[in-house]
Amino acid sequence: MKKLLTSLLFAPLLALASGPELHLDKAPVSTEPAALQNGAKLFVNYCLNCHGASYMRYNRLQQIGLSEQMIKDNLMFTADKIGEPMRIAMQRDEAKVWFGAAPPDLTVISRSRASEFGSGADWLYTYLRGFYRDSERPTGWNNVVFENVGMPHVLYELQGEQVAKVEEKDDGHGGKTKVIHLEQGKPGTMSKEDYDKSVADLVSFLTWMGEPMAETRKSIGSIVIAFLGVLFVLSYLLKKNYWKDIH
Amino acid sequence: MTTKSQAVLDWIDARFPLTSTIKGHLTEYYAPKNFNFWYFFGSLALLVLVIQIVTGIFLVMHYKPDASLNASGVPVAFASVEYIMRDVPGGWLIRYMHSTGASAFFIVVYLHMFRGLLYGSYRKPRELIWIFGTLIFLALMAEAFMGYLLPWGQMSFWGAQVIVNLFSAIPVIGPDLSVVIRGDFVVSDATLNRFFSFHVIAVPLILIGLVAAHIVALHEVGSNNPDGVEIKKKKGADGHPLDGIPFHPYYTVKDIVGVVGFLIVFSFIVFFAPEGGGYFLEFNNFIPADPLKTPPHIAPVWYFTPFYSILRAVTYPLFGIDAKFWGVVAMGAAVVIIAFLPWLDRSPVKSIRYKGGLFKLILTVFIIAFFILGYLGVLPPTPGRTIVSQICSVIYFGFFLLMPWYSKMDKCKPEPDRVTG
Repeated sequence: MKKLLTSLLFAPLLALASGPELHLDKAPVSTEPAALQNGAKLFVNYCLNCHGASYMRYNRLQQIGLSEQMIKDNLMFTADKIGEPMRIAMQRDEAKVWFGAAPPDLTVISRSRASEFGSGADWLYTYLRGFYRDSERPTGWNNVVFENVGMPHVLYELQGEQVAKVEEKDDGHGGKTKVIHLEQGKPGTMSKEDYDKSVADLVSFLTWMGEPMAETRKSIGSIVIAFLGVLFVLSYLLKKNYWKDIH
Repeated sequence: MTTKSQAVLDWIDARFPLTSTIKGHLTEYYAPKNFNFWYFFGSLALLVLVIQIVTGIFLVMHYKPDASLNASGVPVAFASVEYIMRDVPGGWLIRYMHSTGASAFFIVVYLHMFRGLLYGSYRKPRELIWIFGTLIFLALMAEAFMGYLLPWGQMSFWGAQVIVNLFSAIPVIGPDLSVVIRGDFVVSDATLNRFFSFHVIAVPLILIGLVAAHIVALHEVGSNNPDGVEIKKKKGADGHPLDGIPFHPYYTVKDIVGVVGFLIVFSFIVFFAPEGGGYFLEFNNFIPADPLKTPPHIAPVWYFTPFYSILRAVTYPLFGIDAKFWGVVAMGAAVVIIAFLPWLDRSPVKSIRYKGGLFKLILTVFIIAFFILGYLGVLPPTPGRTIVSQICSVIYFGFFLLMPWYSKMDKCKPEPDRVTG
């Protein structure tokens, strides 16, 4: 529904958008509790050391089917109380020295990364699968959608290494565009399929966290519109009845 | 009515004009019977105003206009909006209604103004209604601009930075004026606090006053209609216009249909596409304001883009003053010129129904140019786009400035004596 509405309203505008092209893979976003729970686990283990999610309280994880005890035992490493937000211990000014920029808060990252090239989930899905070895970068890593990113490849042990094959393509205007192809180098602990699935779960979790009430919003919306539909018919009949003598 | 309630009413009426006000503005206010679809948008604008005020009251209870960073390094204002979205019960709904309401306000008001163009609603004796309306539009732009700073995202910050900087292009007083507006040399906490104050108190007070004046003036002279003929010229034996019907109950029940229809569209956006594809809530605005990181492309929200395009279209310095200043002048003139329509239109008829092909053609070109300007305003400028926006800006001003001539030349049809339904 959202897609339809959006495309109807804004298709003509988006079609002519400009700027450098960004090719994003479509993220298979899930709202299944199992996927979201796996995503939460990955998020807490791999992201929550440097990135906070400071508008997200631990107890909201109950919404994806976890009990308070499960959250406390398995996911809460940086807080004492279940109602606390997902903060990190790392100091921002130190982080800035280490990475060149303080790692951004990730609570609404999936919403901020949306663009005319795809949803925020698509961006994250491509980004987290798009790290490659680059000896010129201080971290030893570079990324296909975020050139010269300060973040190292934290999921390295899972994905292994990718190497970039750069192809120069004629862009039709006399210039050259760089197209980067990634090839698997040293393997990680996961197969490519498993890694893609894990990233999809993580991205699903980030998407859910960006707007945890999104599903509630849609279900309330259906009821509201059904109600208004009935009210529209009734109000139209009322109007017709009042106006029957006006010619 | 029972004698007791009649007695209460009499008591009040002896002290306050209750019955006469209800009669004058509702039950015995005669409106033309031939209002069509375009006449819904006045009452809808009032509805959106009420939505914005009521949701705004609840947002102010939880929002904090504070640009300082909290323990997690996020500006307090930005974090308080996310607090409303997550921790305040029903807060997400209130916030989405308010953010969608801002865009809805402009959609409804633009359609309301277009109705005026179609049927000549600005012509004598409704000049003051039209002037009040233009002032409402101006106040609305100020209200929307200052409200957009409050979430303190990247687009909030840099949008305000760009627009306030425009004032610094004014000769002599410009630099000081922009400091007065910001309360600082850059957009900062001081700016956020004064914009908050203006957004929640000053401008809404002005808006409500202007809306009251708009409606009082309308009810003094009576509504125009799609035929553009004065219904007051033909009165029946009872002294009421032959083509008029009491506003209540006829138009109250009709406007309810319009209200419900509007709410269906509004709810679709609020519940299923609150970001409006990045045009109602810009994606970049989910990143907290960072004064050290300029976004590669700063686009104003869609409802400002036609006027923003006119501003950017001016690229020539004049009389030794920077082109930016003339851009600001052009943008201001583009809004103010609307108020002069009553004196620019010299057509013998009011409504497009009786105007000739020339006016219809020019109006169509004008609307297309306005849409192109709006579209170009969201894009970064290129030399080609600048030329297109210059052509469209000339069309925009030409529509108004050449109207005294083409409206006279136009071959109009005779107006009917009575409304045609």
